[in-house]
Amino acid sequence: MDLKELYQGFRDPLIMKALTKKININAKQLPHPLKVMEVCGGHTHTIMKYGLMQLLPENIEFIHGPGCPVCIMPKERIDQAIELAMLPDTILVTLGDMIRVPGSKGTLAQCRARGGDIRPIYDPMDTLVIAKENPTKSVIYFAIGFETTTPMTAVLMQVADQQKLSNFYVHCNHVLVPPAINAVMSDGRAKINAFIGPSHVSVITGAKIYQCVADKYNLPVVVAGFEPVDVMQSILMLVDLTIAAAQHDSPPGMSIQYSRAVSMEGNLIAQTKINEVFEIRDVFRWRGLGDIANSALKIRDKYAHFDAEIVFKAHFFTWFSKTKSV
Amino acid sequence: MCLCIPSKICAFHDEEGLVTVDTLGVQRQICTQLISEPLAIGDYLLIHVGFAISKLNHEEAQESLTEYRSMLDNMSAEDAQALFN
Repeated sequence: MDLKELYQGFRDPLIMKALTKKININAKQLPHPLKVMEVCGGHTHTIMKYGLMQLLPENIEFIHGPGCPVCIMPKERIDQAIELAMLPDTILVTLGDMIRVPGSKGTLAQCRARGGDIRPIYDPMDTLVIAKENPTKSVIYFAIGFETTTPMTAVLMQVADQQKLSNFYVHCNHVLVPPAINAVMSDGRAKINAFIGPSHVSVITGAKIYQCVADKYNLPVVVAGFEPVDVMQSILMLVDLTIAAAQHDSPPGMSIQYSRAVSMEGNLIAQTKINEVFEIRDVFRWRGLGDIANSALKIRDKYAHFDAEIVFKAHFFTWFSKTKSV
Repeated sequence: MCLCIPSKICAFHDEEGLVTVDTLGVQRQICTQLISEPLAIGDYLLIHVGFAISKLNHEEAQESLTEYRSMLDNMSAEDAQALFN
């Protein structure tokens, strides 16, 4: 199978139509309307791009989820990044997605226009190159991302440690998916009764992280790929799990649609690296969701010499004076 | 943000963990430090911000596509014709 065949197979319009027909037939047996939350912004993109909502019957609707680690970044953390970038002899490095998200003092792009040395990168390891090329400057990696992007920051820090870099720092903003799902569901008022689990978060963590969501809230979870056929097949699976649970009076359970990339256990090397470098942060503020306990990671003491929140603490006037988050 | 690009391994390098991958004609070097399985030329990897995070399971992908094709094959002539309307 070549790459084109792989792409086209999961975007095939005929398969989409066949799945649509099957969903519309099976959904007639649903015991209640299905309100599906896709947690990940990647799925929301697929749903919008391919007009999937128009293909579904009236008793299936999407409630779009927390989104992506860029969207949920609170303004206070972006303010900190801007404060760091405006320090003398400092270079702030971050993934390109982060550049246009506003804090209370504007965006990193606007900060760059005012003279801040901010460098968007595609690969976190490029931070090491920038640090080596600029030995007289502090090079700070503004680390963002869900579980998908966290292992790369862990590798970056371990390599920097091995190479004994003394001008390299990390401002850690890595966040976790399961606490966000719990935050959405825990007050009991949410109408959601099915979840589509993120694709690539699950490649790292394994689908096992959703088992407790399925058990605790007694609803079906399907881990889906990002292609339109993946999403439609996942909706069919959610419909069938819901019907089977009602017929057999059993829990709907959790299932993996994206089996070509996701296993129950996930990427164990990546999980080990995350645990070596990071630990759970007491609380983190999510834009749109507020403060959520244990929903993010912070740098372990072993790597505290790289932790920009410790090394540059004196410069975070805005953050420490206005919020209690740590 | 969490998007990955399936890409094909086309060359290995002396430096440990570095491979060149091809994504529909565009080639670049990526890091395979997070992959435990043995890798070979022609394998597909999922790439995220310069790192491979998973080797694509070819059999599982093929199985899914076969399942979809059999779904089409098992349709009645009338339903199959309706797909083209």
